[in-house]
Amino acid sequence: MTEKESKRVLTVCPYCGTGCGLYLVVEKGRVVGIEPDGLHPVNEGELCVKGYYGYQHIDNTERLTSPLIKKDGKFVAVHWEEALDFVARQLAKIKQESGPDAIALFASARATNEENYVAQKFARAVIGTNNVDHCARL
Amino acid sequence: MTNSIPEIGKNTEVIFVIGSNTAECHPLVARQIIKARERGARLIVADPRLTEMANKADIWLRVPAGYNIPLINCLLHVIIKEGLFDSAFIKEHTEGFDDVKQAVEEFTPACVAGLTGIPEQDLIEAARLYARAGAASIIYCMGVTQFSFGTATVVALSNLAAITGNLGRPGTGVNPLRGQNNVQGACDMGCLPNSLPGYLNVTDQKNRARFEKEWGVKLPAKVGIKISEVPDAILDGCIRALYVFGENPVMSDPDSNHFRHAVEHLDLLVVQDIFLTETARLADVVLPAACWGEKDGTFSNTERRVQRVRKAVDPPGEALPDWQVFSALARLLDYHKMNYLHPREIWEEVRRLVPEKFGGITYQRLDQERGINWPCPAEDHPGTPILYQGGKFSTPSGKAVLRPVLFDPVQVPGEKAASFKNPLTGSLSELPDETYPFVLTTGRRVYHYHTGTMTRRCEPLDQVGPKQLIEINPVDAARLGIADGDFVKLSTRRGSIAATAWVTERVPEKTVFTTFHFWEANVNELTNHTTDPVSGIPEIKVAAVQVKKISPAEAKQLYEEKKEKYLVDLTREVATKFSQGRR
Repeated sequence: MTEKESKRVLTVCPYCGTGCGLYLVVEKGRVVGIEPDGLHPVNEGELCVKGYYGYQHIDNTERLTSPLIKKDGKFVAVHWEEALDFVARQLAKIKQESGPDAIALFASARATNEENYVAQKFARAVIGTNNVDHCARL
Repeated sequence: MTNSIPEIGKNTEVIFVIGSNTAECHPLVARQIIKARERGARLIVADPRLTEMANKADIWLRVPAGYNIPLINCLLHVIIKEGLFDSAFIKEHTEGFDDVKQAVEEFTPACVAGLTGIPEQDLIEAARLYARAGAASIIYCMGVTQFSFGTATVVALSNLAAITGNLGRPGTGVNPLRGQNNVQGACDMGCLPNSLPGYLNVTDQKNRARFEKEWGVKLPAKVGIKISEVPDAILDGCIRALYVFGENPVMSDPDSNHFRHAVEHLDLLVVQDIFLTETARLADVVLPAACWGEKDGTFSNTERRVQRVRKAVDPPGEALPDWQVFSALARLLDYHKMNYLHPREIWEEVRRLVPEKFGGITYQRLDQERGINWPCPAEDHPGTPILYQGGKFSTPSGKAVLRPVLFDPVQVPGEKAASFKNPLTGSLSELPDETYPFVLTTGRRVYHYHTGTMTRRCEPLDQVGPKQLIEINPVDAARLGIADGDFVKLSTRRGSIAATAWVTERVPEKTVFTTFHFWEANVNELTNHTTDPVSGIPEIKVAAVQVKKISPAEAKQLYEEKKEKYLVDLTREVATKFSQGRR
């Protein structure tokens, strides 16, 4: 697809747990609007105010675009390699010194099933702890 | 949910909404309720606030925040006393009815009217309406669960549904509305300290063996710690590193100052998110994530409907989907069974490991159907919109287990609890007193979502919901000399915030309401982190609070303090400095 083409992508609203079906309207590689899914059994072609208008954060200028490491109290942009290497070394060190249960992971009720599955697998199989939870309670 | 959302519009005859501001927080569920009303269904709403849903109700039970158990027990009392229960269902499909009968004996309409201020006749009529319906549905949300006795309240609601046979049939059920797009899925996928994917208990060797075989490692058997226990575990030195992705606990967790204080003691805080959130600003490392329109995968909604989420655009700069970050980290830590090329491969692994729930749900099917409700064990299985069909429950006996639920605002006496078999009890951990004479309750507004990270960056939403408002009843406002639009300061034992007063009868006297959308006045600096002993859910929905009118100058000063505290300018600074590589 070229950048100039427009398309509609069927997906699910990212806000509450109702799970309304909607189309993202994409023009030139940017989301420019939202249309409700008329065939969805839950929202039946309707959306709420967040469903219709809650997409502008996608290309907001404040989106994070590179990993950051805090050095002397200031964030510095670094490459993925450096950031991941730093995190991996710190996690390995803490695990070695204090055991796997000294590490906890907060997973995300906002991310996909696949990402949450991978996150808890990371905590359990890679770190070796059941200290994994998310904000179901909040 | 035990049942599906479309059933509300199609099948339900009486809808009992409790502790849910449905019209603002789940607007398209509210639409199904309105659809049901239009074909003659009746609506009971229990809520301290005159919400849009309460305004549409046939019977509005204005229950004070924290008094759900006596209300529900009173409905049970009336139903039992008037013989409106379903004796065949009770006999064949439940156990423990006599214990419940004994426990609700004291919750007479007169007693509960005295305790809650709800008119006796309304309690009696609500009980009759619910019990006489051919199909009645209970819909609840955090206004039921976010108490130190949230579990007890849900059990009381289940008692109500079970004794009237309102389970396992179209249009019935006990139906929690999940607050986040994929909170159901995060639980389903095992992001809980006691469960592997598919709610398989980690302490059971058989369950661990199933995953150990596929993952090629020995798995830990000890139950992990819950989110609500993490701050104290950090301060005790048990937790040294915290990895957070797609969450903003500094804003969303109760007693935020305590959480912040704990986080400062960590050796490592990693935050992976789409913006430099209030939590990310405190991190040692921040990793940029792709957002929902930029990745493939699935979400599971509140009715267990697994649905396909599709990539529409590329992520900005170097941002990556969360699954790719975890896979890369695993490789660096010398684990090589997480090398996926596409989310489809991850989902295939889930299907293989938990076939009893997800085996029949394939990406291919999700491309044809508008989601599939789990359990769906085979590819020719239609999915399961209604749980417990035919009165078969997932307990050892196959019967619904009813449990007595006791309540006292201060404390249920030990000897009283001891006279019941396996009871659950409820009492409030903080009651109003001379210094903190009001009750504070919290929630959301329709225009914003949770900590506002996304919605406050959507101009049309921010224009209609630009600032924090504190709802206060006109009688209280007059007594305190507060006019609509004045600045008000709220203080609890844990912190203070200031925002604009909205003088309105939406809230009852002696109760104030506000939200957790705005860092300028984050209500979670005030909320209580006392938790439910079973679920670990904090008592966010009720706290004792002081209300004071303040001058614009004082409000300005508090605003400046919060701005500094939440490192607000840092977001802009980082965005200006490191915004290269945008799409």
